[in-house]
Amino acid sequence: MTSPDAEAQCAQLAELIRPRLRPDTVLVGIHSGGAWVARRLREILELRNEIGLIDVSFYRDDYGARGLHARVRPSSIPFDVEGRPLILVDDVLYTGRTTRAAINELFDYGRPASIQLAVLADRGRRQLPICADFCPWKVDLDPALELVLSTDASGRLQWSLAENAHA
Amino acid sequence: MRNPQLNANGELTHLLSTEGLPREVINHILDTASSFLKVSHRDVKKVPLLRGKSVFNVFFENSTRTRTTFEIAAKRLSADVINLDVTRSSTAKGETLLDTVDNLVAMHADMFVVRHAASGAPHLIADHLRRLGRNDVHVVNAGDGRHAHPTQGLLDMYTIRHYKQDFNNLVVAIVGDILHSRVARSDIHALTTLGAAEVRAIGPQTLLPTAMDKMGLRVCHDLRTGLRDCDVVIMLRLQNERMNGALLPSAREYFHCYGLTPAMLALAKPDAIVMHPGPMNRGVEIDSDVADGPQAVILPQVTFGIAVRMAVMGILAGN
Amino acid sequence: MNEQLLHLRNAHLIDPKNGLDACLDLFIVDGRIAAIGQPPTGFAAERQIDAKGLIACPGLVDLSTRLGGIETELAAAVAGGVTSLACPPDTKPPLDEPGLVERLVRRSETLGLARVYPIGALTQQLAGEKLAEMNSLTRAGCIGFSQAKHPIVDTQLLLRAMQYAATFGYKVRLRPQDQFLAREGVAHDGEVASRLGLTGIPVSAETVAIATALQLAAQTNVRLHLSRLSSAAGVALIRTARHAGMPVSCDVSIHHLHLSEMDIGYFDSNARFDPPLRASSDRDALRVAVRDGLAAICSDHTPVDADGKQLPFAEALPGASGLELLLPLTLLWAKQAKLPLVLALARITCDPAAILGIEAGSLAIGSAADICLFDPDESWRVTPEALRSQGKNTPFLGYEVSGRTRMTLVGGRIVFEA
Repeated sequence: MTSPDAEAQCAQLAELIRPRLRPDTVLVGIHSGGAWVARRLREILELRNEIGLIDVSFYRDDYGARGLHARVRPSSIPFDVEGRPLILVDDVLYTGRTTRAAINELFDYGRPASIQLAVLADRGRRQLPICADFCPWKVDLDPALELVLSTDASGRLQWSLAENAHA
Repeated sequence: MRNPQLNANGELTHLLSTEGLPREVINHILDTASSFLKVSHRDVKKVPLLRGKSVFNVFFENSTRTRTTFEIAAKRLSADVINLDVTRSSTAKGETLLDTVDNLVAMHADMFVVRHAASGAPHLIADHLRRLGRNDVHVVNAGDGRHAHPTQGLLDMYTIRHYKQDFNNLVVAIVGDILHSRVARSDIHALTTLGAAEVRAIGPQTLLPTAMDKMGLRVCHDLRTGLRDCDVVIMLRLQNERMNGALLPSAREYFHCYGLTPAMLALAKPDAIVMHPGPMNRGVEIDSDVADGPQAVILPQVTFGIAVRMAVMGILAGN
Repeated sequence: MNEQLLHLRNAHLIDPKNGLDACLDLFIVDGRIAAIGQPPTGFAAERQIDAKGLIACPGLVDLSTRLGGIETELAAAVAGGVTSLACPPDTKPPLDEPGLVERLVRRSETLGLARVYPIGALTQQLAGEKLAEMNSLTRAGCIGFSQAKHPIVDTQLLLRAMQYAATFGYKVRLRPQDQFLAREGVAHDGEVASRLGLTGIPVSAETVAIATALQLAAQTNVRLHLSRLSSAAGVALIRTARHAGMPVSCDVSIHHLHLSEMDIGYFDSNARFDPPLRASSDRDALRVAVRDGLAAICSDHTPVDADGKQLPFAEALPGASGLELLLPLTLLWAKQAKLPLVLALARITCDPAAILGIEAGSLAIGSAADICLFDPDESWRVTPEALRSQGKNTPFLGYEVSGRTRMTLVGGRIVFEA
């Protein structure tokens, strides 16, 4: 599989979102891939509102099996969530569990008016009743593989495939 | 010798002492704590991490203050917290420490937060759990005798890192009753592991343990010499029972020789911070003008303490 | 089993007392050693014991064994090759009444295992206030007097006790530890105690007490034995006194010969001793003192049950089970220090016998046939099951040691056979 251009996908995703933007809409990126995508979207969409960043480590449902190992980054929601339309941004939508954790965490900051989900890639194989509102790329991959978004030396986003460490 | 704090995978399974904690483990705790600190600023100051887990605060020695900080931390992780007052009651009935532990394990405890007057009591419990094969039950030392108070040590490191960022060039002065202080021991080991440039132990000979040089400390009996150009001053609490003649002539004389006054603090670097594990004896080890002054970070220590304890429990319960 | 005529064949005999170190046959008649090398005239063995590959030495003599359950502990003694042992007076109740002493002697004679030599209490109830009836206690069987772990704080009373003992030529044994300097202490006042936050016992607690004891002994001419030395400075004081011609003797526990404060590790209560394990430099000085013959070795056998050890370090009871490890640990020391067996075995046979003033610890013709027959190379693992003593408490649990007793004879009778 030749990986599509992630930067181009960001532009596509931005165009999907643009018609649905409201003046008070804010983006919330999930660490770490979702945070990069959210920053790109903010630039492309020329949003004035600051984006929020969340780390769902404290809300994951696999804590019992995996513990707290990866470096946890502080969540930062520099705006009042109460009554706001939010767009949750992640790089990959797969089982839906990360999204579930993120929604739970957001509700601990307040009651948003709405939450929509924007992702660069949708791998299908959902385990929870969750779907993306905005997604430029649907792809079916071997569960043994992990789809990883990273940044290259020049800071450009790129896709790669890795063996799934937890499979 | 096997490190009793780590499991077979080298992960932290008990927190018994800052001694022997690898640097990356300390940093992981401090990094995780900074995430938890943000949680404490939210409307909902809780995360669901330890939902359904039972944390038993087992205090064989009374300390409402410390117990409360652990209780808050556990509750902010959504754990069920059970406070057991075992001060002498069960031991008076002839039940041994390990009998008590066996009972609580049978009640499906997931974590013990232990305070005990005897150095090494949490080690004994951890060793007992290992022999029972219960590596799913975790022990947090909340202070054992004169030995260790590792969460206090870690929150002190969090505080220092918060204000000074880097440990490499730091000169840290620990002042007072180091002999009887588990906080001092925990600070010393953590500072050594994190690479502090110099750690000074300041106090009269009656309050300093022997062979301190083996712990990598510079011993000063004179407060002026000890404070000169240091970046961090950690004042220790002087317990009332030490003031009455056997170790020190009087609290008054102690304050005169080792009390931290603004004039003394002026000998340290201008941006030096002043720490104290609390509760303070104003006018004994510390002057109110210093305790309430701009260089004191004693209240932030308390705030950081909750986050650090959340991080410790969050990491332990997942290993 | 009661063999009247016993022929011990092919054993490697080591008798430090008589400088014997050779493969010779040994002949026992009526419980005594009748001949070595050639049989006595007309000797016809009722039983022959082939001891090829084994060492036969005098039965070990132990300067201090706490008995607890007398039957199991005396069985443990002979399983460890110990045939004579001194029992300190801190029994419950303490050995300050002739009746108690007689009962202990009678009970041990009935058991017919190791020979028990009671040490009487120097003061009534070991309280350090009134002198015990030393003369009556001696007639009941005591071979010396001590305070066990309860020092006499009142130096005037200590002087009087020594004067009274010296009057009759009784030996006084003291454990040198100043109780004020050792107050609440549980470990050597050094690096490890400082690190672990354990209350320290300074070396001065020992040296101050030794100096006091030596001064009073010099004044009274009492025969003084100092038990359980733990420090290099303590050794130096006794060396000086001996050079000055004082008849003072001393001993070191087998544990202190091998272990140091470092062995406390993470609060291992099996490494809690009284006096405490000290610095490795202290241990090295103790090894030199024992090598030089300044000090004898003692098992300091102290059985403690699990309840007494499964406690935080400071609350755990001090002491270790030592009877069955005395021989293997002495052999280990000899190997490490590259000492001939004849020298090493002297420290657990004739030397302690001389200190106790008993006829034991020798294979001389005519002496009682108290013999330990052991395989110096047989290794075994120290486990609770392997120990016959009720005390399973030893810091050597799990260790592999060399040297196993194969047979023990007391007065020519086989009292242990493996």
